[in-house]
Amino acid sequence: MLNTNDILETIEMIQTDHLDIRTITMGISLLDCASASGKTFSDRIYDKITRKAENLVKVGEEIEKQYGIPIINKRISVTPISLVGGNLKYDDFVLSAKTLDRAAADTGVNFIGGFSALVQKGSTPAEDALIESIPEALAETKMVCSSVNVATTKAGINMDAVKKMGHIIKKAALLTADNDSFGCAKLVVFANAPDDNPFMAGAFHGVGEGECVINVGVSGPGVVRSAIAKYKDADLAEISEIIKKTAFKITRVGQLVAREASKRLGVPFGIVDLSLAPTPAIGDSVARILEEMGLECCGAYGTTAALALLNDAVKKGGVMASSHVGGLSGAFIPVSEDEGMINAVNKGCLTLEKLEAMTAVCSVGLDMIAVPGDTEADVISAMIADEIAIGVVNFKTTAVRVIPAVGKKVGDMICYGGLWGEAPIMKINNYSPSKFINRGGRIPAPIQSLKN
Amino acid sequence: MYKIMKAVITVTGKDNVGIIAKVSTFCSQYEANILDISQTVLQDYFAMMMLVDVSTLSLEFGAFTDKLDTLGSANNLKIHTMHEDIFNSMHRI
Repeated sequence: MLNTNDILETIEMIQTDHLDIRTITMGISLLDCASASGKTFSDRIYDKITRKAENLVKVGEEIEKQYGIPIINKRISVTPISLVGGNLKYDDFVLSAKTLDRAAADTGVNFIGGFSALVQKGSTPAEDALIESIPEALAETKMVCSSVNVATTKAGINMDAVKKMGHIIKKAALLTADNDSFGCAKLVVFANAPDDNPFMAGAFHGVGEGECVINVGVSGPGVVRSAIAKYKDADLAEISEIIKKTAFKITRVGQLVAREASKRLGVPFGIVDLSLAPTPAIGDSVARILEEMGLECCGAYGTTAALALLNDAVKKGGVMASSHVGGLSGAFIPVSEDEGMINAVNKGCLTLEKLEAMTAVCSVGLDMIAVPGDTEADVISAMIADEIAIGVVNFKTTAVRVIPAVGKKVGDMICYGGLWGEAPIMKINNYSPSKFINRGGRIPAPIQSLKN
Repeated sequence: MYKIMKAVITVTGKDNVGIIAKVSTFCSQYEANILDISQTVLQDYFAMMMLVDVSTLSLEFGAFTDKLDTLGSANNLKIHTMHEDIFNSMHRI
């Protein structure tokens, strides 16, 4: 018989501490769908996605029932559309986004990612057209998520793309102004974007991936927080051990679900993403873990160190629990999606500058951050440039998902509900970086990229 | 339907007459064979764990867990039914 305490611990993790599988994401290659005709292309991608993902939601729900663990989202990621649609124009890309949305609705998934372009070194005419079409594509669709990779450690930073993304984000905000500029929440700008990320909005099916794959993202900040809460006097080495053990258990569940989904769908298992992904629910917050470690409020001095400890321990604990680890794998710090972060911003303790520092030691970057609607495009580009530079120099993924909410000022709130949560508009530094941003060109790859 | 082998049923709530009887009658009704059982009562609080073989279940596993959940709610108890693999995965290396 299983140990009684183990059984009760598992049930407590799920019932009280919000342990869940955040997402089962099916990656689907669309490389065989290419066509010079936008209509033919759309028909092909619709057919392929709905065929491959036909049983994804059903299988997800069966697994959820069988193991008694919630699987919050079922998602699809596809090959970056700009690569498959090399012959397409602006209108074709908007049509393909609508087709992706229809395929997502008909398969019953929550999101579909891959309306993306990889332009770290330069862009093709199709990539330029796709990027131009992003604001309209996001305004016209519900479930489509978009990402643009503007830099890698190997290629350096494409500052022309960084400049352009400032304008694209502004336009996306404008076109969805009646919904608190929601379009921007589905658009992420990356450095070193991973090919197998199951999390939105940045998921896409990389070109090095196979035909079809199952990736799983776990969650569980609440479990880590309550584990730490039981050891009030532990020193930080002991805290690290506690986090490692907890991350191991969380990841094992992810591995179990991934293996089972892969078997039932007849699709190879790709990776488990070890990220601690918060939700706006009370008790499911990364910020609250840092506070449990002993900070009065997230954003106080010590926050970056605490987050570095957390991020490292999660990886160390998780890596042994899964045969393949990938994606983003670290702690997420999205402001609107984390009840503790929202609280810290509202108190005035957590600032944009501190968030930027935190991104140097954890996964992703400036995520789900609302800024005033009158923020200049160049200022947004410069925010992106700073964040991307952190990723490029540190050989890690960083990203920016910023929302210049039309008509909103510092102190106002935007509210999306569900997993997206709500965010206070944050104060930003408005001194002009225009001259720097308008120089354009490429920032060369850093010396640490020359490893051969 | 994909068949599974063993599941763990946990029952928690305020102690009352006939809890084990209700759950085990339910199990026999749907051909779930009880392999092991342990229970404790702490003050007024009842906690029972049951390991059952569900490979010959007369209905789908999902429906079985739903019905148990309903049985729990009707008797002021919390009943969770989960495949044993989730516990093995989490607590065994």
